Amino acid sequence: MAEDIYQPLDQDIHTEPMILQMGPSHPATHGTVRFTLTLDGEKVIKCDTEVGYLHRGFEKECENSTWTQVFPYTDRLNYVSPLLNNFGYALAVERLLEIEVPERCNWIRTIMGEISRLSDHLTCVGAGGLELGAMTAFLYALEGRELVWDLIEEVTGARLTVSYGRIGGVKDDLTEDFADRWAYTRGRLQEIHANTHKLLTRNRIFLDRMQGTGVLTPEMGISYGYTGPVLRSTGVDYDVRKDHPYFMYGEVDFDVPVGDTGDNYDRYLVRMEEITQSIRIIDQCLERMEPGPVNSDDPRVVLPEKEKVYNSIEGMINHFKIIFEGIQVPPGEVYSYTEAGNGELGFYIVSNGTGKPWKIHVRSPSLIMMGGLHHLIEGGLLADIIPTFDTINMIGGECDK
Amino acid sequence: MGLEHQLPEVLTTRLESAVGWARKHSLFQYPFATACCGMEYMATASSRYDIARFGAEIPRFSPRQADLLWVVGTVNHKLAPFLRRIYEQMAEPKWVMAFGVCASTGGFYDNYATVQGIDKIIPVDCYIPGCPPRPEQVIDGLLALQSKIQAEPWMKYAYEEKAKRRAEMERSGNPLFTPIDGQET
Amino acid sequence: MSKKLIDFVAKHFADEVLDSHSRLGNDTVVLKRDRLPEIVERLRDDESTAMNMLRAITSVDYLNRIPRFEVVYVLYSISKKHMLTLRVVVEEEDCTAPSIHHLYGAAGWMEREVWDMYGVEFDGHPDLRRVLLYEEFEGHPLRKDYAKQASQPRLDLLVRERDSVEEFNVFYKSKPSEGSRDS
Repeated sequence: MAEDIYQPLDQDIHTEPMILQMGPSHPATHGTVRFTLTLDGEKVIKCDTEVGYLHRGFEKECENSTWTQVFPYTDRLNYVSPLLNNFGYALAVERLLEIEVPERCNWIRTIMGEISRLSDHLTCVGAGGLELGAMTAFLYALEGRELVWDLIEEVTGARLTVSYGRIGGVKDDLTEDFADRWAYTRGRLQEIHANTHKLLTRNRIFLDRMQGTGVLTPEMGISYGYTGPVLRSTGVDYDVRKDHPYFMYGEVDFDVPVGDTGDNYDRYLVRMEEITQSIRIIDQCLERMEPGPVNSDDPRVVLPEKEKVYNSIEGMINHFKIIFEGIQVPPGEVYSYTEAGNGELGFYIVSNGTGKPWKIHVRSPSLIMMGGLHHLIEGGLLADIIPTFDTINMIGGECDK
Repeated sequence: MGLEHQLPEVLTTRLESAVGWARKHSLFQYPFATACCGMEYMATASSRYDIARFGAEIPRFSPRQADLLWVVGTVNHKLAPFLRRIYEQMAEPKWVMAFGVCASTGGFYDNYATVQGIDKIIPVDCYIPGCPPRPEQVIDGLLALQSKIQAEPWMKYAYEEKAKRRAEMERSGNPLFTPIDGQET
Repeated sequence: MSKKLIDFVAKHFADEVLDSHSRLGNDTVVLKRDRLPEIVERLRDDESTAMNMLRAITSVDYLNRIPRFEVVYVLYSISKKHMLTLRVVVEEEDCTAPSIHHLYGAAGWMEREVWDMYGVEFDGHPDLRRVLLYEEFEGHPLRKDYAKQASQPRLDLLVRERDSVEEFNVFYKSKPSEGSRDS
């Protein structure tokens, strides 16, 4: 018997494929998703992705709300960067209404959007570190996110679900000492960014888990509709902010980082570089923005000033109409798109001329990326699912709507 | 622990409070994080708010090792069977925390997809309102749960009571589980 | 944006075009349904259009209009940076549209989503299952005649859940209409 052990092991060992259920509540998948894996040893032969465990009927809820009431629902799409969703939706409705917002409002939207993007990328990088065992990097990133949320809370009044966007403007102007607070946060963020680089970027374990796993080719990325940092990591420099500038992205100077291999490590590096670029955008915006109104003066969409409401019948009726019947959006349909944390966030909106949307479709980047995820997983090892799923950064609320 | 009837009365009461104290300060949690509230759960658990200060440090990602189930976020009808199953897999004594308004009542998602509060599926010990609740609020909820655990009658085996009650509910066909209320004294 | 793309479709497929406009900067062509894959393939492969990315597929339910449904395809070209919206009309009685899953990888899941939510079937789709809802769900929730609060709690377990404990099984069988305020 004992000799058998020393027999050469290079002969082909016949194994049966094994079916393994991963999820929907798995510790390393931050979000509820379920993979039905067919394994040969540790190698994944087939992966069947199932989503929808957080389907909350976003579109049905929107169809039963007024145009303004939709904002809280958009907060909860990509709940790590709610401001980007707010502004994306506001932009879509403004295109349908054909109204322009004041310049200061656009500056504010650019600043707050980038701040929100910082929160998104920090969470992604930190959680990715945590899932690969780097607890320290996670704690640093989360501290960075807390600093970012402090700023958001200062301006909007809430930490996470902010509802700061409005059709035709934003809820309120930036606070007076915003620039000073940003200067402090900026310093801390750069420190955290540098620390994260030190902890992760040349870490042997991290490199071994990330490099060469979950490889995406540019052709496949485009065919499967991948956008955002994941597509850019393959070398395709598609960024809505650069290609179709909206808000004030055409005015500021920033780079679009691209990778070349399209593996997990490249996606991590692209996100890290985007953090630097976001900081750069915010700096330029704060330097260049001028005081002015933050809301459009179109009486169709913006509530009249309180003074008019209390003292004149027209103001009163206007206020009443907007609150009760909602903003009246002319009939038509529009597809409007912005660059959110995970990629292109599109809203296809149909209005029938009443105070409620007839249809709102969200092109959520996460759902579309989940559609092609099996290609990234199949052929790899079981353990590689963890970094791949993390760098895809699927956000449940956005994916499942 | 099976020893209490061999011990004198006075010691037993002291023992009971000691066990309650031990239990409330060593909560092994299972975060069933689904939605937005998960972000606040992360914030509560990590550096700035540090829930470990309150004796709920380690998340155990196996229901068999956990005794506090945090239901963090919206639960929809597709997910409901899994939540029920995770609850059933947990060993007694166990407590459930409904984190955020979606888990408590369904929140502002009142439609075909969402479960209108997880207490339709499993019993809940503590509800934390807020959409999502701030970390301070979460810690407050945790403290409320801890005082409840402290007061739970260990002698009578609270979990037996719970099981009996649940069986009664199922027999009577009442679809609603009412959470165990404070009959601790 | 010039009307180059609309002209392209109108030139090569004149019989198929029902309507076209470029309101609000969105070039839109309304098409008959049957030759859609051919048109999309031409738009994708032609040098001058190169629509290599499918941004979205969705559907709109115009409840009281005939034809009732419209399936919307948003195409985009990464190299040329232009966008075209194709809208295909679908009757309620014959609620099908041709599938384009072989042209774009992303189309598979998008079509599944449209089927899930609106009940528009895609001919030739290899795997038309529900994607966001569960198999036991009946009806299509985003149709306008589906009541908002009409929930269908997942009573029967899935086939692949049969290994669960008996108590779990009994629990679900014995409690018919859980989880909804209006049931």
